[in-house]
Amino acid sequence: MSNRGIFAATAAAFFIAGCATTKPPEAPAVHINEDPYPSTYVRYPGALTVIRHATVFTGDGQQINDGTVVFGDGVIKAVGGPELASPAGALEINGAGKFVTPGIIDVHSHLGDYPSPGVSANSDGNEATSPVRPEVWAEHSVWPQDPGFSRALVNGGITTLQILPGSANLFGGRSVVLKNVPGRTVQEMKFPGAPYGLKMACGENPKRVYGSNNQMPQTRMGNIALARQTWIKAVAYKNKWDKYYAKGGDMPERDLAMDTLKGVLEGKILIQNHCYRADEMANMIDMSKEFGYHITAFHHAVEAYKIADLLRDNDICAVMWADWYGFKMEAYDAIKENIPLVHNAGACAIVHSDDPNYIQRLNQEAAKALGDGIRAGIPNLSEAVAWEWLSRNPAKALGILDKTGTLTAGKGADVVMWNGDPFSDYSRPERVWIDGAEMYDANNPKKRPVSDFELGQPGEGDVK
Amino acid sequence: MIGRIAALLLAAAAPAGAQTFAIVGGTVALGNGSEPIPNGMVIVRDGRIVAAGDVRMKLPAGTQVIDATGKWVTPGIVAGFSRLGLADVDLSAEGADDTTANGPFSASIDASTSINPLDTTIAVNRADGVTRALVVPQAGKSIFGGQGAVIDTGADMEPITAARKFQFVELGEKGAAKAGGSRGSAQVFFRNALREASELRRFEGPIEATHASTGTRRPIVRNPNESRVYGPDARRSEDILLTRFDAAALVPVLQGRQYLLVHAERASDILQVIDLKREFPSLKIVLVGASEGWLVANRIAEAGIPVIASAVNDLPAAFEQIAATQSNVGRMRAAGVNVSIGMIDDNDTRNLFMERQYAGNLVGLQRIPGATGVSWGEALAMITSRPAEAIGMGGEIGSLEPGRRADLVIWSGDPLEGSSAADQVYIDGVEQPLETHQTRLLQRYRYLPRTDLPTAYRH
Repeated sequence: MSNRGIFAATAAAFFIAGCATTKPPEAPAVHINEDPYPSTYVRYPGALTVIRHATVFTGDGQQINDGTVVFGDGVIKAVGGPELASPAGALEINGAGKFVTPGIIDVHSHLGDYPSPGVSANSDGNEATSPVRPEVWAEHSVWPQDPGFSRALVNGGITTLQILPGSANLFGGRSVVLKNVPGRTVQEMKFPGAPYGLKMACGENPKRVYGSNNQMPQTRMGNIALARQTWIKAVAYKNKWDKYYAKGGDMPERDLAMDTLKGVLEGKILIQNHCYRADEMANMIDMSKEFGYHITAFHHAVEAYKIADLLRDNDICAVMWADWYGFKMEAYDAIKENIPLVHNAGACAIVHSDDPNYIQRLNQEAAKALGDGIRAGIPNLSEAVAWEWLSRNPAKALGILDKTGTLTAGKGADVVMWNGDPFSDYSRPERVWIDGAEMYDANNPKKRPVSDFELGQPGEGDVK
Repeated sequence: MIGRIAALLLAAAAPAGAQTFAIVGGTVALGNGSEPIPNGMVIVRDGRIVAAGDVRMKLPAGTQVIDATGKWVTPGIVAGFSRLGLADVDLSAEGADDTTANGPFSASIDASTSINPLDTTIAVNRADGVTRALVVPQAGKSIFGGQGAVIDTGADMEPITAARKFQFVELGEKGAAKAGGSRGSAQVFFRNALREASELRRFEGPIEATHASTGTRRPIVRNPNESRVYGPDARRSEDILLTRFDAAALVPVLQGRQYLLVHAERASDILQVIDLKREFPSLKIVLVGASEGWLVANRIAEAGIPVIASAVNDLPAAFEQIAATQSNVGRMRAAGVNVSIGMIDDNDTRNLFMERQYAGNLVGLQRIPGATGVSWGEALAMITSRPAEAIGMGGEIGSLEPGRRADLVIWSGDPLEGSSAADQVYIDGVEQPLETHQTRLLQRYRYLPRTDLPTAYRH
C-alpha cells in the first residue's frame, strides 16, 4: 500500500511540471473508459446456510475445531465455535468429520486460453509475434467452455482464478480474474472490481522464443534492455495523458499497449511477473524502482528462497510450486522447502498451478510443502497457517483480499466443505459455494457443471 | 561436493556381503495388493527379502535390528512409465537430454546406454522412495522409440537392472502423426516393420550378449546390435523402410522374447491394439496410457493385456482422451485388467515420486459417489508390484514377498500421503544416501542473514 503513495507522488510531480507552461485555456479533457469490457457477473441465488461441527481453516491462519460458518445473501455472516447461534430459517449442514475452508484461489492459470482439448485451433495463450505485447488482454482469448474450469471447481475447490497470457513475451498482456462460475461469455465470469494484472516475463522464455529467430531479445541483457526501453516510452505516454487530463486540449493519440503500461504506472494494474531465478528477480525489482511501479508477485519463483528477505522488504508475493524442478535451467535450483522458507521469512507465499491438472490438487501441493517445511524445522507451521498460501495470499496478490480469500464476515461466501482433511491425498471437495451459491455437491449429479464441449460425448456428466 | 559424491559412490560400490538385518515395529505393506500390517517385520539377507509382514522369526545373534515404530515400511516405488535418467534438464540444455533421438535409428536405440546414474533426477527420486523405474525412450521421427530398460536408483554406477526389456511404439495420435498423419498409416508402418523383422529372423545367431555386467543383470534379450545384423548372409529384400539395425531390433518383439509397450489412449485405438495381439499372438503387449480404457475395459481384460495408465488424467486434453476420467484405473481394475500407474508424458523425466500421491488420490475416489477408486493395498501395488508384473519382473522387484530384491522404504507415515517422506531407502539391501542437489541448497539457504563470507562458502 505504501507504494501507492509513491505513484501518487510521481503523478503529482508530472502534474506540477505540466502547470509550469502557460497556454490559453483548452477544451476540457474527455476521460477514456478504462473498463470497456465490464463484468456482467451476477451471483446465483443461495440459501441462508449454516455449517456446524466442522474443522474450519479461516484462511488467515486460524483453525476452529467444532466450528460454525454462517453465510447468506452471498456473503459470510459469521464464523465461530459451537456457541454460534443458527439464524432462523437457515439450512443446517452437519459438518462433523468435514473441513471447511475459503475457496482456493489460483493466481496462475491458463484455463480458457490454453483449454482442453489442447489443439492448435484452441491455442490462444501467447501472442508470440513481438516480445512487447501489453496491448493483448487474456480475457479476449478465454473460451468459457474449457472443461478444465469444471474440474478445477469440483476436484480442486477453486473458486477464483487469474487467467494469464503465456510467458513468451517480456510483456505478455493483461490478465483477467474470474469467478469459477460457468458462463456463456467471459464477461459473465469476470470478478467484479478485481484489478487487471500485467503479465511480464524474465529469463529463458522470451530470449528463447525471439533469440532463436535472431530477434531481440536473444539474451537476458536483451530482455532487460527492451523492457527498459518500453518503460521509458510508457512514462512519456503517461506524462502526455496526465498533461491532457490536467489541462485539456487535443487528445493524445491512444496506444493500447501504452494504455496498459500507464495503468501499471498509476498503480491500477498489478504486475504479475514470471521470473524463476533470484538474480533476475533482483534485476526486475530494480527496474520497477527505476520507473516507479510495484511488482505484486513473482510467478514460478523457484529461487525465491534465496532472496526471501528481499521479497519481504519489497512487499512482493512469491508464487511457487511445491516440487517442480529442473525441467529447464532456470528451475534447476528448485527446492521442496521453497514455499515454507518464503513464508518463514515473513514474505507472502502462494501455491499455484500453471497447469489444468495441478489446479485440481493445489491443496495437496500445499500439504507437501507443509510437510517439507516442518521436516526442515521451520517453526510455527500448521495446516491452518498453510491455508494462507491457498486463499489469503492469492487474494492479496490479485487485489481482492477485501472481497474474498478468508472466512471473514462481510466477504463473499466462497466456501469449500471437504470430505476430510484437505491436506490429505484422500480428501476431495464435497460441496463448493461461490458467493453463497452452491456450485457443486458430490452427492447430487445435478450440481456438477458440464461444459458445452462435453455434451453428447462419451463420459458426459461423469464424475471425472 | 566432488569429495562428497565420490564418497557416496565408494560406499555404495562396496559389496553388500552376507548381510542380514530386520526392520521391526512398523506398519508393513507388502505391495502385492494386500492391506498394511501393523507392527510387522521385514527380514533381509544378502540383498533379498527373507520374510515380511506378520511374521515372527528368531533372528541370528548379532542381526542388525532397525526400529520402525510409528513408521511405515513398503517396497520401493517402481515407476511404471518414466524417462528417469535420460534427462537432467528437459529444455534448452544441450547435452543434458537423451530422451528423444531424431537421427536415422529408432527401434534399435537402447535406452540403457543413455542412462546417467548421476543425474540429479535420480537422486531426487531415490530420496523420495522411488527405487526402480521402467525407462522408456521417446519416439523421435519414427513410431518406434526404441528399447527401454529397467533401472534402479541406487547411488552407484550400475543403474541397469534389465537392459532392452521392452520395445516402445506409438500407435495413437502421436503414432499417427509420426507415420505421416493418419492412424491407418501408423498401422501399416507397424505391420511392415514386423514384416521386415521376420525377414531378418532367419539370421538370428547364437551369439551371446556382450553386456558387461554381473551375472544377475543378464538381459533376457540378446543385444540385437550385433554381428548377425551385418554378417555376410544378412541379405534383405529391396522393399524396406527400416534400417537393418532397427529391423533386427524388432526380431525379439516378434518372437515374444521382448515386451512391446504400445502407447494408445483412444478406445478405438485400444481395440486396434487388441486386434494386433490376435493377429500376432506371440507379441507380449503392454498398453500404455489407455485414458479411454474404461470404455472397453472388458475387451482389454479378455485379451489379457496389462495396462500402465496415467492415474488421474481427467481432462479431454486431446481428441484421443475425450472420455478421460480419474475413475479409469478403478473401472479397468474392476473389469479384471492388470493395471499399474505410470507418468505418461507427465514430468516423466523427474517427478516419478508423485506416483504415490496419485495412488492416494485413487484411494480417495472410493468415497466419491459415482466414482470408482481402488483399495489402499491395490493402490500401493499399482506403483510397486503391478508395473513389475506387467513386464514379467514381478518375481524380482516390486513386493516384499520372499526372494524379491530388498528394495525397501521406511516412511515417516502413510506413503500414499504426499506429506509423508522417505526416512530410509534400501536398494538390493543397501542403505542409500538421501542427500541431493536440493537438500544441499536447503542447507545453504536455510538461514539468510549475511555472514562473514558469501553464501558460496557455506558447504
